[in-house]
Formats: sequence, C-alpha cells, structure tokens
Amino acid sequence: MVDLRTEIAGVRLRNPTMLASGFLDETGGSLVRVYRAGAGAVVTKSIGPEPREGYSNPTIVELDAGLLNAVGLPNPGIAAFEAELLEALAAKAVVIGSVYGKDAAEYAKVAGRMAEAGAAAIEMNLSCPHAKGLGTEIAQSEDAVQEFTRAVKDAVDVPVFPKLSPNVADIASFALAAERGGADGIVAINTVKAMAIAPELRMPILANRFGGLSGPAIRPIGVRAVYDIYEKVDIPVIGVGGIDSGHAALEYVMAGASAVQIGTALVDQGLAVFERATKEMASLLEDIGFHSVAEAVGAAHG
Amino acid sequence: MARMQVVPLLEIVTESHHTMTYRFRADFGGTAGQFVMVWIPGQDELPMALSYLGPVKGITVHAYGDATRALQSFRPGDRVGVRGPYGNTFKLEGEKVLAVAGGTGMASIIAAVEAFAQQGAAVTTAVGARTAEELLFVDRASASGEVHVSTDDGTRGFHGFVPSLAERLLEKHKFDQVLTCGPEKMMKLVVDAAMKRGLKVQASLERFMKCGIGICDACAFDDRLVCVDGPVFTGAQLAASKDFGAYRRTKDGRRVEL
Ligand SMILES: Cc1cc2nc3c(=O)[nH]c(=O)nc-3n(C[C@H](O)[C@H](O)[C@H](O)COP(=O)(O)OP(=O)(O)OC[C@H]3O[C@@H](n4cnc5c(N)ncnc54)[C@H](O)[C@@H]3O)c2cc1C
Ligand SMILES: Cc1cc2nc3c(=O)[nH]c(=O)nc-3n(C[C@H](O)[C@H](O)[C@H](O)COP(=O)(O)O)c2cc1C
Ligand code: FES
Repeated sequence: MVDLRTEIAGVRLRNPTMLASGFLDETGGSLVRVYRAGAGAVVTKSIGPEPREGYSNPTIVELDAGLLNAVGLPNPGIAAFEAELLEALAAKAVVIGSVYGKDAAEYAKVAGRMAEAGAAAIEMNLSCPHAKGLGTEIAQSEDAVQEFTRAVKDAVDVPVFPKLSPNVADIASFALAAERGGADGIVAINTVKAMAIAPELRMPILANRFGGLSGPAIRPIGVRAVYDIYEKVDIPVIGVGGIDSGHAALEYVMAGASAVQIGTALVDQGLAVFERATKEMASLLEDIGFHSVAEAVGAAHG
Repeated sequence: MARMQVVPLLEIVTESHHTMTYRFRADFGGTAGQFVMVWIPGQDELPMALSYLGPVKGITVHAYGDATRALQSFRPGDRVGVRGPYGNTFKLEGEKVLAVAGGTGMASIIAAVEAFAQQGAAVTTAVGARTAEELLFVDRASASGEVHVSTDDGTRGFHGFVPSLAERLLEKHKFDQVLTCGPEKMMKLVVDAAMKRGLKVQASLERFMKCGIGICDACAFDDRLVCVDGPVFTGAQLAASKDFGAYRRTKDGRRVEL
C-alpha cells in the first residue's frame, strides 16, 4: 500500500491533489462538491478586497492544447465571500484561500480575513497575467514578491504560499524572493501569457485580447519551473499546470512538488479527475517501488 | 474541447420589433434544450438556446442590452463565433405533454415541442407574451399540436399571464409531462402547478454565464451549475432547491434575491 497522505508546511492532506484556483471555487456549494469528489484540498477563486465583475466575454477560448482565459479576476469580494468559505468549512473541506490586491496592504487585509474565517492556508496570487495592476507588475519584481509575502506573513498565523508566474526569465529567483519574505511554500505555475486570433474577423478572440494558457500544453513549462525552484529553495513546492492524470502528477512530484493542483483537466474529465489521478499515482508508485508520495518528492534530481 | 467556429449568418428573420432569428451552419450537433455560446464580435459572448436544430441551426435573440442590440444591425454574410452545443437536454419522455413558454423562453422550448411531436407524443403548447406582436413561433407550435395563446395586455388569446393559462389547461386536460421556459418567477408558478398535481416537469433555467463549460462557477445554482448540470432541471431537483425562484448570482458572484 502506497501512503498518499501528505503534509505541506503543517497542512495535512488526505491525498496530494488540490483544486487549482479559478475553477468551481467561487461558491460554497461548488467548493464542497469538489472536496467530496476527492480533492485533498480546494483552493478558492482569488478573492480581493472589493467585488469585481471581471472582463466581458469572450473570457475563455477552448483550444486543442488547453484553455486560454482572461476572466479578469471576477469575485464577490472578501466580505461576501466569507459566507461561501464558511459553507465549505462547515462541510469539513480543507480550504486554502487565494487572495489578491493592488498593494501589499490589501493582500494582507484580505488574507487576514480569510485566515480568520478558517482557511487552512493562504495562497497569494502574485501572477495573474492579464489583470492590469493586479499581478503582472508584482510578478515581474522580486522585491515586490518579497515585500508582499512579508506583509501577508505578518497578517496571518496560517501558512502562506505565494503562487508564481512563468512569464519571467528565471522563476527560481522569484521563489527565493518569496522565501526571503517568509513564504511557507511555493505554488508554481500560473498561466502562460498567450493569444488566439479569429482570422475570419481579423481580431483577437478574448475581449481582453491576450490571456493565460493552461492545460497539457503548459505542463513541460510547469515541470521545469518546479524542478528549478526545488533546487533553489528549502520550502515545499506545490505543482500546477496541465496535470490531467496520475502520471502527469508524478512528473511534478519527481521534479520536486509535494502536492499538485488540477484545473483545466476538469473540462474533459469532470470532478472524477481527482479520484482517478490519485488512484493512478498510487498504482504507478507501487509499480516503480515507492511506498509513499513523500519518498518520491524530488526523485528526478540527481 | 469544443472549438469556436466563426460562421457567416445565412438568414435573419424578424420575429417582432425586438426579437430576431439568426440562422447559420455549424458542424456540431445539438439536441432540444441545449445552448451555444455566441460571440458577437467587439461586443460580448452570450449563451443562446438553439431554436433550430439540424445542419442549419438557429438562435432567436431578444435585443435586450448593448450586445444583443448590436446584433440587430448584423446582415446576412456578417460573421459570429459559435461554440457548443452545451448543457443537457429536455428528456423526451411522456405521451401527453404541456409546454409552457413565456417570452423568449419559446426559443428554447420550440425544438422540444417539435421533437416530442416527431416521436408521436400529443403536445399542447401555451405561448405567452406581453403583447400579440411578441408571440413567438405560434405557427411552428401549431404544426406540432394544439396551441393556446396568452397576452398580458389581452391583444390576442387569453388576457393574462401564461401560468394562469397553464393552470386552466391543467384543470381541463390530463398531461403526463410539463415543460417550461421563461422568466424564473413565471416558471416557479408553472412548476408548482405541475408538482401539485404530481406531474413530471422540466424547466430550462438561465443564469449569468462566462465559460459555458463548467469551470468558472459563474452559473452556480445551489451546488450545481446551470451550464453543465442544466439548463434543464426536473421538478424534483427544483423542489429541493434553495435558489430556484429566489436567488441568482451577479456578474461578480454575489448571491442576490431574484
Ligand atoms: C442557457 C441560456 C439560454 C439562453 N437563451 C436565450 C435565447 O434563446 N434568446 C435570448 O434572447 N436570450 C437567451 N438567453 C439570455 C441571454 O444570454 C442574455 O442574458 C440576454 O440576451 C441579455 O444580453 P445583453 O448583453 O443584451 O444584455 P445586458 O444588458 O448586457 O444584460 C442584461 C441582463 O442579461 C443577463 N446577461 C448578460 N450577459 C449574460 C451572460 N453572459 N449569461 C447569462 N445572462 C447574461 C444578465 O442578467 C443581465 O443583467 C439565454 C441565457 C441562458 C443562460
Ligand atoms: C478560467 C481560469 C481562471 C483562473 N483563475 C485563477 C485565479 O483566480 N487565481 C489564480 O491564482 N489562478 C487562476 N487560474 C490559473 C490556475 O489556477 C492554474 O494555475 C492554471 O490554470 C494552470 O493549471 P491547469 O493547467 O491545471 O489548469 C485560472 C485559470 C483558468 C483557466
Ligand atoms: S458558465 Fe462557467 S461554470 Fe457555468
């Protein structure tokens, strides 16, 4: 029997799969449903200080390789979101609260309320590639990553996981900056900046023109990012990007991830993806002679 | 994944001063009750029921806000993007069917009326609108069975709201299945009237949608999603619902009273 339980900075998970931020996680009902379907934890939609409608449609383009999105951080704001979070917690779900803001103080404020309401950890969305003033600039500056992480650390007692953007030359240096800011773990990666055009109309499809690519196409980018980060930092890494099977999850684990997040695979596989990927991880680990997920973390490093 | 297809509009039919049908060819299927996401370039992308199935599909659009008003200026040959079909479908079970439609709700129900008739069911349709000019697809429904009409202002047929007309039909005749689509408060009355009599009922709901494919959580309805678990819900599901007839979600995800 392979032991699938895992622990990240003290957050205990029944298995290493989590719901990625932005998927079925803006309402209590959906968070509960995903947790019941077998996710080890569920990460909320990124929540900010005030309600936000996001961009107008089209916000999603379905591609053969995955999804392109520019939803623009729609969310009800932390005050209204508290009721949704409490509904999920009442059903005993392990919930990680994802937060954003326009400056360090806003991040800290939202994170504080999220933690107070009962989130098991805080994920900092430092990396949304398409919301003006809410990510791109932060994701491009190591100093900002360090400063924002420090502000959130000072505001909460639960673990803090900054989520990094792959749209930089050297993602590992940003992980180091987050570690200097006191991060308890790193989440990598967010979506990769991209665009789709309708030739018939001579125009980009997304209302925001560009957006973020997710799904199988970005998995090799994510695996490489996790591999690099694992070499540089001493805190755990959570891998995300194109994971759609136990096999794909183990690529991330062996690159150095202690847990993985799944998003886009939900489109084709539905909620069953969590149980399927978990079972596949167990049987694959058994086949190749591992007794636990923990033992496999970073196994691909020489 | 369902790829967006950018297609020319083949035919545009004016149904009333504010409602038009747009026909286009797309190489995907589609069954009664399903919807497509329609990109009105430069404007918005909106969910629209398929009012015509088959190779030359159709959507019937009420010019409501900026995007749907802009669509009214489109001419044959102009292009829109379509992706889908999405959502579940009306189950074609029942021998004696009552379809109750309010306003543009008829766009989603007409394909089901025709599909039921094609498989030999007796279909009665109650079509409601604010005024005679706005009644939709009365001819198509007549070709599939009996039709009763109501208008809020009494300009044609029963003078009053369509749930009252439905109530009368349910009193007089025996049905084994009720379908409904229209404003949610209207559907609530129809669903209650059918449930009270122990009849099976299917209602097609509307919620704000972004993705249409079950990932963004915009269309959350209780712990379900209108885009993939619906848009058609059964009486049993609706009876157990906290949201039906009571709450919707705003574009930013806040829960508000209907
Ligand atoms: C499954 C489904 C099928 C539909 N079928 C039809 C149809 O056959 N014919 C038809 O005329 N309309 C249909 N609608 C409604 C349609 O999608 C739009 O809500 C409506 O056309 C208003 O659009 P607008 O941009 O002109 O109005 P706006 O002025 O932008 O908005 C007015 C109101 O429309 C609603 N709305 C706007 N955008 C969306 C959106 N992306 N998703 C859902 N609601 C929205 C909101 O409640 C908003 O307050 C359907 C909706 C759904 C969910
Ligand atoms: C529609 C959509 C919405 C997203 N919203 C968020 C968000 O609010 N916060 C965030 O940190 N990441 C968000 N992401 C990024 C995902 O969490 C994830 O990093 C990315 O999709 C890669 O994983 P995947 O390939 O498994 O989807 C979003 C992605 C998509 C497709
Ligand atoms: S519209 Fe996105 S989940 Fe239904």
